[in-house]
Amino acid sequence: MTNSGRKANKPRAQARRRRPASKACEEFMARAYAMERDAAERYTEFADQMEVHNNLEVAKLFRQLAEIEGLHAKQILEEMGWPQMPPPVYALQWETPEPPETAPVTELHYRMQPWHALALALRNEERAEKFLAGVARSPKNPPEVRKLAAEMAEEEREHQRLIREWMQRVPPPDPDWSRDPDPPFLGD
Amino acid sequence: MNAPDTAALTPQSFKSDIKPVWCPGCGDFSVLAGITRALAMLGLRPEQVAIVSGIGCSSRIPAYTTCYGFHGVHGRALPAATGLKIARPDLTVLVAGGDGDGYSIGGNHFLHACRRNVDLTYVVMDNHVYGMTKGQPSPTTEPGWSSKLAPGGTGVREFHPLVIALASGANFIARGFSGDPNGCARLIAEAVRHPGFSFVEILSPCVTFRPDQRAWKDLVRPAPVAPTDDPARAARRLMTDDGFNLGVLYKGNRPPYAPAGAGRAPLAELVKEFEV
Repeated sequence: MTNSGRKANKPRAQARRRRPASKACEEFMARAYAMERDAAERYTEFADQMEVHNNLEVAKLFRQLAEIEGLHAKQILEEMGWPQMPPPVYALQWETPEPPETAPVTELHYRMQPWHALALALRNEERAEKFLAGVARSPKNPPEVRKLAAEMAEEEREHQRLIREWMQRVPPPDPDWSRDPDPPFLGD
Repeated sequence: MNAPDTAALTPQSFKSDIKPVWCPGCGDFSVLAGITRALAMLGLRPEQVAIVSGIGCSSRIPAYTTCYGFHGVHGRALPAATGLKIARPDLTVLVAGGDGDGYSIGGNHFLHACRRNVDLTYVVMDNHVYGMTKGQPSPTTEPGWSSKLAPGGTGVREFHPLVIALASGANFIARGFSGDPNGCARLIAEAVRHPGFSFVEILSPCVTFRPDQRAWKDLVRPAPVAPTDDPARAARRLMTDDGFNLGVLYKGNRPPYAPAGAGRAPLAELVKEFEV
């Protein structure tokens, strides 16, 4: 990510561009695409939720994160030479309830601050790296898939570093960030 | 509604431009995603689907889709949906709501909708609380849940919707968790495909009034047994269920209620029946 919060281009991805892919590679990249696209969709939903609740600063940040993950998804389509994703992305099964880079819906709070949003994004990148590193380590997977997964795990580590840098540039959360002077709970 | 085209639809095609006003973190966002993904999986088009709801946070859902929608009266989603399906059997009719709407004021309709077995899919977003009206205990609230609105808890045994649905004659019973929107989508799609009254209860945390429900993600697990079509076996399972087993729990074989000739009468004839 640059100072504006955008991730840098991925040189390793250039090397993957339009290489002849085995069926196993195609299946793996379809899964990687689903992971990135699902993450982008979730960030977009989060941005919408924050806009509805007038938390515009965090909404803008989630919008940026959605754009970044959307670019990653698009990049995979380009690398594989796919005009569009073969369906059905949503029918894929994962070991976890959702794809590893997708933030759980319950992680949000209407008074959250940019630092919280970045901390959430960092956890997503960490889960993604763990998933990809697991694919890279598994002897059950063909060597070409393990190599691809290792490259992508490395990219996720780089994303974590960039997010940590980004977190340094936003103020840490206020101690009473969740305190609402007009709380929703009757009687509070 | 615009004329249908034949291009394949994505889940996004079923989402309207209206942004949900649910609290950030609400499980209902995932249920909306589950419904839209299920409709895309089923290859349906928005104009082939009607979503009927009652009142409550979750009952806002028809507005957030591009399908036909009816945001009805509190607890009365099921009778409205029953009438619609009988009159328009060609439509796929989904009914959506919460535990307060469905099991309290709408409880009687719930029993009889199960009994009638009209080909509907009823999705209940259960968060064990009345969220829209600020956190009162609902029929599924645990008796010991203490809050400022119910100090010390209600002390009243909670409603067991899946057991009631089975006893009342529902033809398909499943439980999902909003933390797994893809799993919810698969359940909803299967429920729609199954003939008769399909009941899908989805545990959908209310992070505002029940932040403790964030822990549900650690409690839910796939049901350890395959679905059964034997009501007696299903009853034993559901009676001993702790409320966190996910998946299809019962698939019955009762033929749906579909009166001959329903939905075929010309409008003028129907109007005549109501003339006094």
